[in-house]
Amino acid sequence: MESDGLHLNISYVGSCGIILSGEQKAALETSLVILQNNHKFNRVFLWGKILGVKNDYFIAQGTGNDEMADRKTLYSLDCVAWGLLPQATQAIRDQCSVVKGRFHGDPAHEYEHIEIQKIGEGEDSTEEESTIMIKEEDRLAAVVADIDEQVAIAPRGAFVKTPHGAVLQNRSFEGLSVTEAGKQQNYCHFREPVRLNEKSLLEKADLDKSIDFLDPINEDIPKGSWSLKFERGSGLVTITSLLWPGTTFYHVPHTRKYGWIYVGTGEKNKDLPFML
Amino acid sequence: MSTEEEPPVSSPSAAAENKENEAGTPKLDTPKIPTPAGTPQNNGISSPISLNMAPKEQDFLNAKAFLLKSSIKSNLNLYDHLSRVLTKVLNERPENVVDVFEDISKDVKRSKFTSQADTILDKVDRSTEVILAEVQKPLFEKNQEEAEHEGGEDEVETPLPNLPELMFYFEQAGIGMSREEMMRIFLALKQLVDNYPLQTCRFWGKIYGTELNYIVAEVEYREGEEEEEEEEEENEAEDVDLDKEEEGEGEGEEQEEDDTPKPDFKPPPVIPREDNRTGTNKKTFFVCNEPGQPWVKLPPVTPAQVAGARQIKKFMTGRLDAPIVSYPPFVGNEANYLRAQIQRISAGTQISPLGYYQFDEEEEEEEEEGTRENFMENPDYEGIPVKDLVDPTFSNWVHHVQHILPQGRCQWFAPIQQQEDDFEDEEEEEEREEPDEPEPEIGPPLLTPISEDIEIENIQPWSARLSSTLVPQYSIAVMQSNLWPGAFAFGTEKKFENVYLGYGHKYSPDNYSPPPPPAVQEEYPSGPEITETEDPTPEEEMALRAAQQEAMEAAEEMEDPEEEEEEDDE
Repeated sequence: MESDGLHLNISYVGSCGIILSGEQKAALETSLVILQNNHKFNRVFLWGKILGVKNDYFIAQGTGNDEMADRKTLYSLDCVAWGLLPQATQAIRDQCSVVKGRFHGDPAHEYEHIEIQKIGEGEDSTEEESTIMIKEEDRLAAVVADIDEQVAIAPRGAFVKTPHGAVLQNRSFEGLSVTEAGKQQNYCHFREPVRLNEKSLLEKADLDKSIDFLDPINEDIPKGSWSLKFERGSGLVTITSLLWPGTTFYHVPHTRKYGWIYVGTGEKNKDLPFML
Repeated sequence: MSTEEEPPVSSPSAAAENKENEAGTPKLDTPKIPTPAGTPQNNGISSPISLNMAPKEQDFLNAKAFLLKSSIKSNLNLYDHLSRVLTKVLNERPENVVDVFEDISKDVKRSKFTSQADTILDKVDRSTEVILAEVQKPLFEKNQEEAEHEGGEDEVETPLPNLPELMFYFEQAGIGMSREEMMRIFLALKQLVDNYPLQTCRFWGKIYGTELNYIVAEVEYREGEEEEEEEEEENEAEDVDLDKEEEGEGEGEEQEEDDTPKPDFKPPPVIPREDNRTGTNKKTFFVCNEPGQPWVKLPPVTPAQVAGARQIKKFMTGRLDAPIVSYPPFVGNEANYLRAQIQRISAGTQISPLGYYQFDEEEEEEEEEGTRENFMENPDYEGIPVKDLVDPTFSNWVHHVQHILPQGRCQWFAPIQQQEDDFEDEEEEEEREEPDEPEPEIGPPLLTPISEDIEIENIQPWSARLSSTLVPQYSIAVMQSNLWPGAFAFGTEKKFENVYLGYGHKYSPDNYSPPPPPAVQEEYPSGPEITETEDPTPEEEMALRAAQQEAMEAAEEMEDPEEEEEEDDE
């Protein structure tokens, strides 16, 4: 959710139970502006909040010129002092995928994970236990990267890909119409496309290379993992993800207003297929 | 040059005429386009006009002719399009126009074709918003009756809670929904209170569904006012069941001789639900999808539904009549599942500060009953300072909703086994009571502090925070449940409230795994008579035969010496 007008935009996701207290709103307005200035971001977003047992983490993201590639993530415990999160490489993400349970709320907390490795082959194999310590900060970076990859969405046409490959905001995006806003295929994952290249040439022929460079969400598996609701009649569209409960995307049809935010425990809902 | 004054309007018709000609042959000699004096007319030659013109002018005309060439596909020509785009740019004067030039161009192309679209589209877009607004409008209208009683209303106690005040506190804690929605919910509750005779009314919370959400209100009817229609229906159902059983017994006795084997399986006895106003059905719940829509009463919950709800995990869809397709099969539809989950959440997460409620000391119930059900507000409650409420030992908060036993009720119900032959001696019954009847289950009594709650793996079941770290003297205590994510409670010196905003599921760090199907029933008891034994191997047979022969020989030898002895003796 963009930091410009945060105090107004937060009311759009209020129907999903996401609000900020007055103190938090005021603190964020101040600190995000400072953040933007210090890090020279083009735009600053309040990415969301990850609830820990003792404390909550506020996460902010700043983008440079290229909206997709140039993203930096920061976290804070009190909305005032922000720290840069380490870049989540594939190795860190693999390591952190074994950690289960809630976040503790202490960035220096370490999770113990015991791995049993078999050394040697056949009957001579011995089992060696190695304890790996995983820092909560790394886990936070990994979870933020996972959520970005799996449930960060944008309306179709909101971003354009220039011929150089940079992803920019589309200045002539005027919002989806009401009928378009009701269809899941008009929203796309904001990440490097995965399924786009697997499409047949026939399907690709109809796509506009500058706008349709992202995967639409209606092809996500399992079907039904996104819940699209109209609030205020047709005045507001809210899309929530059931895979990461707490992800809320909003869009006001016929306007440029859209955004998404995550407020949750930072745990994937692995039971989704049972629950649908 | 006169061509510069040419208005763009005339060229579309030129383009149309051009289209009729062969593609690619610009007809410069159409009368609409003014040409420099001296050019011959209607010569039909595709070559450019050359006479009496400087080469630069010739090139210019050639270029313009090319631009006026209309496309086969879209019937536009570049000249008109560019002039339209430039007109738009000059009218609107956007910033950094060169960066968005392509988009403007596309927009102009698009708008050319939709200019004649009908206006019906607009109506469709706005109607849903208007419908919802119409539904919600009555919320804001005053009742005629109320207007009459305005004078005396101050004295009447209303069960309506002071929701704006509670929501103010919740907002301090960062919990809740947008103010406008809370206001609408408040007015919807007011409507509920006006339409039904209620003693207490509370906003319980909001449960999200995949298609629609539920807004839940917890009410208690005034004594004696409750609708008895449902109870009559249940009595009828019970009577029908009893009749069927009697018929079944009669038939069984007659057909004892030649029967297909009847299964031994006796379904466990149905545990009856608790009466309204007691135990799990102490409160009644109303739900609606949007504030302003009529409130629907949820049916009372049965122990089977609570037990079933514990074993499945399903998202609500938002429609009360939706079926629940699950394993183990859930007894009921979404309304029942919702009611069961609401009861579980209430039992697990409704808390109040220690001392706010106390047991009614006049009523003493015997210990056999086990649990005390009734409590009342403590008039001498002095309030607990906020600092103590966020104490990490959680000793200052207690549950005020009864715990649900594994059976599915709050009070243990001893199932009496109904046998087909009812002529048992009393002695036999007493003897068999111990192994057959399960042990009565006991749960934590009412008003247990939450410090007794079980931990989830390594995490404490509740998290306590202050709403503001910067100004602790005016902050409030906020409790969040880790077992039922979405359950919150706030407390100040004198006030407290609970609310639930979530999907309605319990938290578990491990994956949900449906219970496995029950073991296959044994068709017959297996014993030595029925079990097959292996045939003896040839070696074993030989050994056995040899042993038998030896035995025979030994027996013969025994006989022979005896005979010999007898012979000798003689």
